[in-house]
Amino acid sequence: MAPTAPAASPIPLQIDSIVKRFGEVTAVAGISLEVHERACLGLLGPNGAGKTTLIRSIVGRVRPDSGSVRVFGQPASSPAARQELGWVPQELALYPLLTGRENLDAFGRYQGLRGRSLREAIQWCLEWASLADRADSIVKTLSGGMKRRLNMAAGLIHRPRIVLLDEPTAGVDPQSRNHIFEMVEALRGDGATVIYTTHYMEEAERLCDRIAIVDHGRIIAQGSKDELVAQSFGTRSDVLMRLDAAAPNAEAWTASRGGTLQDGVAHFPVDRPSDIASLLEAAARDSLDVIDLVLRRPNLESVFLKLTGRDLRQ
Amino acid sequence: MIATIVRNGFRALRRDRGALVLCFVVPVAFFSIFAIIFGSMSGNSTPRVHVLVVDEDHSVASARLVRGLHQERALATDTRPETKTGEPKPPEYTAATAEAAVKNGTAPAALIIPAGFGANPISFTPGPGRQPIRILHDSSNPVAAQMVAGLLQKVAMTSLSGSMAELGTRYLALASGGLTPQQRQNLDANLARIRELDARRDAQSDAGAAAKGDNTGGLVAVETRDVVGENKKNSMIAYYAAAIGVMFLMFTASGAGGSLLDEAESGALDRILSARVTMTTLLAGKLTYLALLASSQLTLMFLWGAAVFHLDLFTHLAGFFVMTVATSFTVASFGLLLASVSHTRAQQASLATLLILTLSAIGGSMFPRYIMPETMQKVGLLTFNAWAIDGYTKVFWRDEPVSHLAPQVGVLLGAGVLLFLAARHFARRWESV
Repeated sequence: MAPTAPAASPIPLQIDSIVKRFGEVTAVAGISLEVHERACLGLLGPNGAGKTTLIRSIVGRVRPDSGSVRVFGQPASSPAARQELGWVPQELALYPLLTGRENLDAFGRYQGLRGRSLREAIQWCLEWASLADRADSIVKTLSGGMKRRLNMAAGLIHRPRIVLLDEPTAGVDPQSRNHIFEMVEALRGDGATVIYTTHYMEEAERLCDRIAIVDHGRIIAQGSKDELVAQSFGTRSDVLMRLDAAAPNAEAWTASRGGTLQDGVAHFPVDRPSDIASLLEAAARDSLDVIDLVLRRPNLESVFLKLTGRDLRQ
Repeated sequence: MIATIVRNGFRALRRDRGALVLCFVVPVAFFSIFAIIFGSMSGNSTPRVHVLVVDEDHSVASARLVRGLHQERALATDTRPETKTGEPKPPEYTAATAEAAVKNGTAPAALIIPAGFGANPISFTPGPGRQPIRILHDSSNPVAAQMVAGLLQKVAMTSLSGSMAELGTRYLALASGGLTPQQRQNLDANLARIRELDARRDAQSDAGAAAKGDNTGGLVAVETRDVVGENKKNSMIAYYAAAIGVMFLMFTASGAGGSLLDEAESGALDRILSARVTMTTLLAGKLTYLALLASSQLTLMFLWGAAVFHLDLFTHLAGFFVMTVATSFTVASFGLLLASVSHTRAQQASLATLLILTLSAIGGSMFPRYIMPETMQKVGLLTFNAWAIDGYTKVFWRDEPVSHLAPQVGVLLGAGVLLFLAARHFARRWESV
């Protein structure tokens, strides 16, 4: 008798053609996604792109007009699915007059934890968020960064397998932001599947192995960072050449070489780094002084700009 | 500079609907309520004092006095309990049944005309041989007994004119050393005319209000007795503990219920509802918290009343417990409803102020309902303040058993359930969008 093949583990998160309208505004216009186990998907897009509505649809706080969300094969609204999801909202969704420990106790109980498992979960949260020494401080006395970390801990106290982080670094200083990155990396190290929304491309680049660019309620591109850049720019890079501001023919010279001049900086697309040498030779030949020169590989921001014609933080 | 500050102030006020309502709507609403309650008291709708009349004498004089009391516009007299539909007419009140009726709050006073009153109904001087009319009253309504006593003298003067004339004749005979036969004949003829006038007046169903008299006179002997609060040290403590307690309970519940709005604003509500907590569970939790808070507040209030004002709390614990549970539940539901219908804290605060002050004014938390016009007293029953105060009054003032609290407890619990269901309905907007 042939051995039975093990049943395939359901995909952690499957989103199928979700549409959500608020009156005349379409916040999500038919998004489909699959997020695989242990993956970290970055939802990158400007404010108002539909990222938060998508996240709120996943956790059941927004009822889509059409489409479906399944968590490990279960409808997202089912108790089993809710148990697998941990949501950290953008807002500081905490009780300001309770201590950090009391907040964790409350949100742990709301998730059904009791007794020893609750105590252990609180302890894990406090250590993960580096708040053990401020556990008994009233929340409103904590710094902004500490509140953010506690906000994350409160959302994940039940140790869900899927973690949804909605702009968790909003309004924090660079040091606290770094701390939060380390917390997310620790989660990934523990095997969590992470969905991370941000409009900071450096966060998406550092933390996520796949990125979905969201604009006007749609996913306009999806893949790893390198795949997205390659899709938009191929192997092309940008050469940024600062020219002597006094040169009278700089604009015409830049245009004749296929570039554009902005604020005294000539931008040239190049396919190979070796193309830089020919640009420098041409400048020398035409008596133009080059003050400095940078070779820049396109990044996610460039991809977004190319795809939408707008800056990511507009 | 000052103009800019003033302009900014008005701009901000214009955009803050809550502040606008507090500033302009609440005072006008309050003025209107007080104007209705007190303004009408100077007109024809002055509240009438309900008095039960018992005639044990059944003499001509007592019948005239009863008739005079009936015709007195400031009094609403009853000689027998109200006849229920489809049932035979109940017997007339006796001294005992009238006293029981005053004790259970049917009327604030009863007037008993004793047997033998008609033999010597009035006197210009105090002395033996007079049968005093007894006034039994409930001192939780201190106005009623005084009004009945005063009006009784007035009615005696106008309805017993024959008796007055006879008495005057006797005094005249005594003072003058005896009347001649001619004088006696003339006086008897005049007395006959006065009796004829009395009889004619009796025949008229509505003789109109009698002329104004001196209410402080002593034509008829009167004996008053507080049949409800005669053994109580302070008649109004229980009343005001309940009245003020309920009003502040409402403020507390609306403030604490507003935490729902704070949680909605901070995002905590979203987080809670995305966990294993349903909206019904959440509201039930909030309701329990608010009800416990309200119970604690009422308990503190009554303990303070017991400690400082000698309120007899400890012999009424069962009634106090029942009324406190019912009142706290209703007030907690009210607080939840206020929060669930409001979209912002400012909106909730102004709505709460308007509703609480209105309900308290109409429902008797600010001043007793018995001093209001009859219509307003009935309107007051639409507020749960009135039912709560009535219940506590039954417990602490009338010493009624817990079973007699059924109407008050029933209304309060029913209102509480309805308010909670309404709060649940309006809270749907937070469930998911």
